[in-house]
This record gives sequence, C-alpha cells and structure tokens, in this order.
Amino acid sequence: MERETKAFLSGNEAVARAVRLARPQVIAAYPITPQTTVIERLAEMVEEESLKSEYLHVESEHSALSACIGASAVGARTFTATSSQGLLYMAECLHYASGGRFPIVMMNANRSVALPWNIYGDQRDSLSLLDCGWIQAYAEDAQESLDLVLQAYAIAEHPEVLTPMMINLDGFVITHTYELVNVPGQREIDFFLPPFNTTNKMDFDSPRSLAFTAGPAYNQAFKQLQHLAMVKASKVIGDVEERFGRLVGRNYPGLIESLYCEDAEYIIVTLGSVAGTIRPVIEKLRSGGERVGLVRIRYMRPFPDAEIRRALAGAAAVGVLEKDISFGFEGTVFTNVSSALMRAQVVPPRLLNFVGGLGGKDISAADIELIFKRLKKSEPGETVEFI
Amino acid sequence: MNLSEQRPEHKISIRGLSDREFFYGHKACPGCGGSLALRLALKVLGERSYAVVPAGCMSAVGFIFPQMAFGCNAIISTFPGTASMLSGIAAGARALGIEDFHAVGFAGDGGTADIGLQALSGAIDRHDKIIYICYDNEAYMNTGVQKSGLTPSGARTTTSPAGKRLRGAVTRKKPMFEIVAAHGIDYAATASVGHPLDYLRKLEHARTVEGTSYLHVFAPCPVGWGHETAETIAVAKNAVDCGLWYLAAYEDGKFVLNHNPGEFGSIRDYLFGQNRFRHLQEQDVSDIEAQRDAKWARIRREWSH
Repeated sequence: MERETKAFLSGNEAVARAVRLARPQVIAAYPITPQTTVIERLAEMVEEESLKSEYLHVESEHSALSACIGASAVGARTFTATSSQGLLYMAECLHYASGGRFPIVMMNANRSVALPWNIYGDQRDSLSLLDCGWIQAYAEDAQESLDLVLQAYAIAEHPEVLTPMMINLDGFVITHTYELVNVPGQREIDFFLPPFNTTNKMDFDSPRSLAFTAGPAYNQAFKQLQHLAMVKASKVIGDVEERFGRLVGRNYPGLIESLYCEDAEYIIVTLGSVAGTIRPVIEKLRSGGERVGLVRIRYMRPFPDAEIRRALAGAAAVGVLEKDISFGFEGTVFTNVSSALMRAQVVPPRLLNFVGGLGGKDISAADIELIFKRLKKSEPGETVEFI
Repeated sequence: MNLSEQRPEHKISIRGLSDREFFYGHKACPGCGGSLALRLALKVLGERSYAVVPAGCMSAVGFIFPQMAFGCNAIISTFPGTASMLSGIAAGARALGIEDFHAVGFAGDGGTADIGLQALSGAIDRHDKIIYICYDNEAYMNTGVQKSGLTPSGARTTTSPAGKRLRGAVTRKKPMFEIVAAHGIDYAATASVGHPLDYLRKLEHARTVEGTSYLHVFAPCPVGWGHETAETIAVAKNAVDCGLWYLAAYEDGKFVLNHNPGEFGSIRDYLFGQNRFRHLQEQDVSDIEAQRDAKWARIRREWSH
C-alpha cells in the first residue's frame, strides 16, 4: 500500500489501518466491546506480516497499558485500545503513563459505564478520566479517527509534549459504522511520521532510573512541567495538522470546529458523532432564516478555552449537549465550557446544559430542533436538562 | 541432590562474584533480606539489566529523586504491574533489536502472590523471556507489616493481630512455587538469602533460560519479624533447617528438591526467636509442625531428591 487508496471501513478498521501505517513496535491487546475488532484486525496484520509488531496478548487492560509503559520506557512506539470498564480498570496506569511522559497512543471506544450494564455509547468513561494527564481527542467519523491516530503519534512524541494521547470514537456509532475512507500511502506516512526517537528511556550506554519517587521538595515541579507540556500541545496540534494537510491532503481545524458561529445567535456545543446529526438540522433551520451554529470540540485536553470564547462571543444563547453527567451538578463538558467563558467574562445571556445519549439513548434530529427551541425561549429553565 | 553437590555447569562462586554494585547507597533498614536478594541478583545478571521494581520496600528505598540507588537501568512499576511491565520491556527491546539483556523484576510477597498474581500468570502463559524474583518477607512491610497471601499461619501482623480470639494469621502461605509450576513455567526455583550459593546458581541458570524464570527468595525482615538485625542470615538458615522453607527447582515438568534435611531443626526455636510468633501456644506449634510434616511427606514422595 504505497499510495493512497479508498476503502469501505468501520471506525475500528480505520483505526487499525492507521496503526499499521504508524508502525508501532509493540501492541498490547485485551478485548472489550465495542473496541475488539481493532485488536482483531491488528492480530491479522501481524500474522500476515503486513505489520511488524510485537503483539502481546495481555491478561487485563491494566496489563495492556503497563506493558505499553514498559515498552515505551525502552524507546518503542506502542499502541493499545480499550473501552468503558477497561478504561476504568486502566486508571492507575493512565496517570502513570502521563506522569512518566510516555507518549503511548490509545484508542478508546466511548461506552457507557456500569451500573446498569450497557455496551452502548456515551462518553462517561473518558470524561470521568479527563484529569489523568492524557491528551483527549474526539472523532466525528471513521476518516477523522484514522487521521487522528496518525496525528496522535506526531503530537504525543513531540519532544516538547511527550504526553500520551487517547483518541475517542463513539461506541458503535463510529466504531461499527462503515464509511468510505481515504487510507494514506505508506510512503507519505513514513515521511510524516519518522520512527520514535526519545531520550526519555532506559539505555545501556547511559543507564538511568525512570518512574521514580519525588518527595514534597520536587514533586510539584514535575507536575508543573507536565501541565506546561499539555499547554504546549495546543500549538503542536496545530503544527501537526498543518503538516498533515500538506503531506496527506486533508486539513483539520485545530482544537474545535465551528460552523456559522460568526453570525449565529443560537449555538450548540458538543463533541463526537452527534455533530453529524446536528449539521443537517442547522442547514434546515438556516434555510428558514434562523441564525444557528455549531461548535464541535475536537480536543477536551488540552482544552480549547480561547477558541471557544471566540466562537461563542456573539451568541445570544448556547447549549452544551453531551453524553455525560457529573451526578449532582452538571455535565463535565458544560463545566469546562463555562469555566473557559468565565475566565474572560465572555458569558452569553443564556448558557444551558443538555444531557443525552446516555447508555446509547438515541439523539434524533427532532431532539436537536427541540434544543434550539429551548435556546430561543427567554424564560429561565433548569440549567441541566435531560433529553 | 543437596547443597554440597555441584552441577558441572555451575561456575559461579561467592569468591568469584563481581565487585561491582548495582544496588548501593539505598535506604533499606539494617539487616534487610530483600535488599540483599536484589544486590546479589544484579551482581549475577550484570549491567545489561532492566530492573523492574513495583511499589514496595525496594522501590521506596532505591528511587528517591535525585538519589538513585541503581547502577543499571531501573524503573518502578505499578503495584500490580511488575510482570506486565517486564513483558512490555522485553517486547520493546526485542522489537528494537536490542540483544543480550535481562528484564528482571523484584517484587515482594504481596506484590507477587496478591496484587501482582494476574500479570505474573499472563507472562508465564506467554513464556515471555523475563526473570521474576519474589523477595518474600511474608507481609506488606513497606506499609507497616500487614498480612499478605504469603504470611504464614500464626504470624502476628498489624492486620492479623494476636488477640483473645485469633492468634495471628489464620490463612496458610500460598504455595507460589507450585502455583507458577502448575502453569508449566520454563524455570522456577525457591531460594533463600541464608543460602547464597544456591541462590546464585539459580540466578546463573535463570539467565540462560529461553522463557520465563521465577525465583522465590526467602528474605527475613528484622523490623516486621522482630529479630535482631544481625540475625537475618541465621533466621533464614533456620527456616530451611526446620523445614518451614525449602530449596527446590522446577524445570521440564519436573520438581527437584535441592536440600533434604535428614533431621529437622527445632520449629520451636525458629518460631520463638521472632516476635511475630511469640504469642503462639503449644497447640499452634503442633499444628504448624503437622502442616510441615504433611507438606514434606508429599514433597519427598513426589519430587526427586
């Protein structure tokens, strides 16, 4: 596959194709629905030798990420994938990987968290782990999933970032939906993504201790460096997207994508695949003369605070629609958006939170129209509304 | 076979051991058996080692930024992640074309038999080329002497107190050596810091094994066990003499007993030499003796010696 091809792929298969193009040296795999077809495709690629990787059948998600940390600590490029309960089981290793500055790339199939048990998509798994120090991106479709995996290695392994990255795909809606996807050629990707080269590794020429203890006198300094690296990632993401656009021919808009925000009075802010439901509703309403718009958050960490402020500065009402709830308060995305706005005291007259899609509950075009109607109503209602 | 017998391939000797130190300047307590197990192992395995140490005593005393005690590459793993990190290191090094290296882990008894058992089981199942060393001081010592799955019956710990109803731990020590052997592991052995030559030979053998090696090293802890710091080696020897620890190996599906005491030393002397057992009553000692005898009857019947 030297040149670009078109293929009919599910989101999971698109991710597997991207991983092959990125040439990771170690893949640690543990099955969980709806992630499993990623590691199945990768197993086939390794078996047929179209991908030369060490493929570890590990005994848990905790071990999957622990093995990736070990491999990264000797300088190998790594990949793993998980979902939901598996992501939660990894939680200790998530903090470990980011604290040790190991630029592991992982796909997460966004899925509901038990209880009650449910295998369908919402974003409570990854959003509940927003503070674990990983770059978090949310794809809208299979093409973006593929491109994000390739960009993820360039972003995570950047020497000024050295931070692991999680690419989130809505469970089933993206992971299992087939679309026509452009798969870049290996030659372009080899040029875009040279082999991983790091000094943050154990080395026989210069032995060192990694993942050490740092007491009160030093600990905060390491955490501060970690924070600054994540802040730095905002710029690096833009640079990587620019280079990707030049070499591969597909352009991405940075941390957020905004649609009609320059003149929109009523704006929905969301993330992931539901944006695909919102777009045609916006086109329909705009053709009827309504000034509506969309902000699709592509990165939850680093958080696009300045971008969101710019996009929402002229809005009369903003609704944050998310598949997540922090029980007893509001959605995590809403908290983040509100905080970004408050930082610069750019607060739209109405700011509402719509929670939907939990456990795979359908969000329909009619629901989106209802949200826009709520935004237009002038009387105050509940800040958090379940749709 | 007994300790005085030498296999022809054994070239290692105490006198011939390297002067180089790979675990030095750490903050372990005086008389620490675990740190001795690490120090000796790294002398045998040498500078091309990646040492993995999970959260526990040895990581707490060896990696305090900026004072690093390891002379070779070393990394702390998560508490459950010793074996999975070793697997990742071995896979990564192999994929990068790095040759002639040892991925060696040093986990305590809790880190091995309790929280780390799942990952260890997976690594053995994959036959990953790693050396996993369990330094067994029979409780969670780093957190202040709490009962682990390898705490022996009757031992008083801070979570298995000796009171009116219970007299120390009521569980028996998990048979880790036989648990790993039941996986069909490539090589497993028990050892003791009280018998360094036997331990060194087993390390020397482990470094040549093409697959997973597991060494279980008995390592007294003066703080947790309540004996004098100068008695660590004597206590370790007494454990073997009285039959509460044993030196054995497993390879190619066969168990071999390396030391078969003709007559057991006194269990009473071993137990009452340590604070953690001083509360035991006559009946408890008889029970421990009976457990020992049953175990040894089976070992002598089933293992070659």
